[in-house]
Amino acid sequence: MRTKLLRAAALGAIGAAAMLAAGAGEALAQNEQFLPRLVYRTGPYAPNGVPFANGYADYLNMLNERDGGINGVRLVQEECETGYATDRGVECYDRLKGKGPTGAGVVDPLSTGITFALTEKAPGDKIPLITMGYGRSESQDGSVFGWNFPLLGTYWAAADIIMNYVAQKEGGYGKLKGKKVSLVYHDSPYGKEPIPLLEELAKRHGFAFSALPVTHPGVEQKATWLQIRQNRPDYVLLWGWGVMNSTAIKEAAAVNYPRNKMIGVWWSGAEPDVTPGGDGSKGYMAAALHAIGDQFGVHRDIYKLVYDKNRGAGKREEVGQVLYNRGLVNGFLASEAIRKAQSRFGNKPMTGEQVRWGLENLDITAARIKESGFEGLVYPLKISCQDHMGSARARIQQWDGSKWSFVSDWIEADRKLIDPMVVAAAKKYAEEKKITPRDCSKES
Amino acid sequence: MGFFIEVLFGGFLAGVLYALVALGFVLIFKASGVFNFAQGAMVLFAALSLVRLMEWMPIPIALLVSVGIMIVFALVVERLVLRPLVNQEGIILFMATIGVSYFVDGFGQTIWGSEIYTLDLGLPKEPVIILESVFEGGVLVNKFDLVAAVIAGILVTVLAVFFQKTRIGRALRAVADDHQAAQSVGIPLRDIWVIVWSTSGIVALVAGIVWGSALGVQFSISLVALKALPVLILGGFTSVPGAIIGGLIIGAGEKLAEVFIGPSFGGGIENWFAYMLALLFLLVRPQGLFGERIIERV
Repeated sequence: MRTKLLRAAALGAIGAAAMLAAGAGEALAQNEQFLPRLVYRTGPYAPNGVPFANGYADYLNMLNERDGGINGVRLVQEECETGYATDRGVECYDRLKGKGPTGAGVVDPLSTGITFALTEKAPGDKIPLITMGYGRSESQDGSVFGWNFPLLGTYWAAADIIMNYVAQKEGGYGKLKGKKVSLVYHDSPYGKEPIPLLEELAKRHGFAFSALPVTHPGVEQKATWLQIRQNRPDYVLLWGWGVMNSTAIKEAAAVNYPRNKMIGVWWSGAEPDVTPGGDGSKGYMAAALHAIGDQFGVHRDIYKLVYDKNRGAGKREEVGQVLYNRGLVNGFLASEAIRKAQSRFGNKPMTGEQVRWGLENLDITAARIKESGFEGLVYPLKISCQDHMGSARARIQQWDGSKWSFVSDWIEADRKLIDPMVVAAAKKYAEEKKITPRDCSKES
Repeated sequence: MGFFIEVLFGGFLAGVLYALVALGFVLIFKASGVFNFAQGAMVLFAALSLVRLMEWMPIPIALLVSVGIMIVFALVVERLVLRPLVNQEGIILFMATIGVSYFVDGFGQTIWGSEIYTLDLGLPKEPVIILESVFEGGVLVNKFDLVAAVIAGILVTVLAVFFQKTRIGRALRAVADDHQAAQSVGIPLRDIWVIVWSTSGIVALVAGIVWGSALGVQFSISLVALKALPVLILGGFTSVPGAIIGGLIIGAGEKLAEVFIGPSFGGGIENWFAYMLALLFLLVRPQGLFGERIIERV
């Protein structure tokens, strides 16, 4: 009898301990912010996808190590492999959107194709999409695209910035009259995005514009570059991704097209794009959304708190590369949106709707950038209900055979040109999708 | 006219690169009647093995070890995939190779990495301009493509001799005609399969070297197998010279179409044009230009 009692007491104690442990675990889980991570570490675009994913992951892990997350709320991330395929990206989104105590706080689709697909799903799920430097250009208009945030720049902004640089080199837009500009682009929603803006600029400034598509994944471009050799454009803009970029640079070398007349978008200006071409890549230029290198405060924290503890997502020597820093900046902006949302809704995990409020009220000042260790890496950013992009600036960088160096100061996109195009395109989208635009003047 | 010749010549040389991949398909189909979906993955795996091994050992040793790896790969495929499926329908074996393809793609990237690796074997890359006195601006030819064409020519000659003049070659053809009949006259099916998959693996290594030198060794080179399909349809699945002729026609056809017809359609037509060209040939000559006509009696 006594044995039975003892056994019952022991079982009860174990049960109680298990319940307490479960309760504590649940309480811990309740204080976690879940962030789904759509990545591509395999497939044709992996060389570009991997460093981006590593930078993003390292930044979130560093925040957990240094600050215990954001205001005590730990950041929990789960990667899902999309292979840069739209169908797999949507599948990842659907699988992960409900995870965590509040569901997905924010999603970075990391593909314009996936962004196009999720743009229609996100409003129903009330999950904001951060598409930093990519996505639909008209999604800058927050009154129609309430859940899309193309922070720091869209493809229209990129095309305008690059053409501003070209105009600067030529001595002003007036000197572009009669010149020839060709766009070699990835034949996908991403690659087609800059075409309307470049056509508009060609009409305004009198240069001849031609667009040459390259089919996925872009390994065969001989016909494209023979046309370039035949037409001899004054400038070639490159809107590629992954292997298409390095192949384009190699083909340019093969037809003797001067690389210092080629300017890529910011997704065509990373180390994997130029290193396969060897010396043939020297002189190639590309737009840059942020600085390069590992000399910034945030990198020191990442080395100390993540890599020195063997918890880095990638190789230590790749920290500071172009796309690594792109992931880092993206992680920074997402976490700042959560932080901003917490300032209004309390220090707890945020829902997607609350993070959207955080994004629409995001004001990353120079002081905040310095405090976060990003001084010199990014520039201040202010988002509003109407303007989901913020200031769009980029510098032009040039590859010298071993490293990128900036050859221009920050160039700002011409909002007087872009904004009316954005409003018109957003209005058309709203009519097609029967969306009633929000009145941002009435939202706080 | 000069530009037309330039595009035509460029197309021929691109076609030679497609033919290099197509050869691997032809070898296995010719000897075993199996359409090996994993050929593209084998090209990637072989090239990845070579380029990563080159980081630790001299090039000739790395080449030999890579050949060894492809032979081991052939042994593993024979033991784990082909042997259990002997005498099964061709479509079953084809499905099995789809599985092999995905496994090799993932396995290769897991052990060797998924970055871009530069493969520099010293092949010349500078363009040369010829016929400058005949055409304004001359005709541009890439030395690298010429070297690739020479490599493909050597490979085809060696393979043609191997199939036609050696005992093993004849045995391979006998197995392709009828597995059971070949076995009944004492041809060891397992050995033959290992030999043909090994040979195909070595061809994949050569294709991987050429494509890897052109693009850098990375996942995308497994996708060039898609470029080999219209070549096979056109040249025939069983003909080694057919792979070359098919490659030349597809290469030249798609480049000419892209440059001279493409602009009317907004460009980007070369991929589907190659398949359309192959389809037209298929309608006229189902077995391909050089394929064997199969007549089955009822």
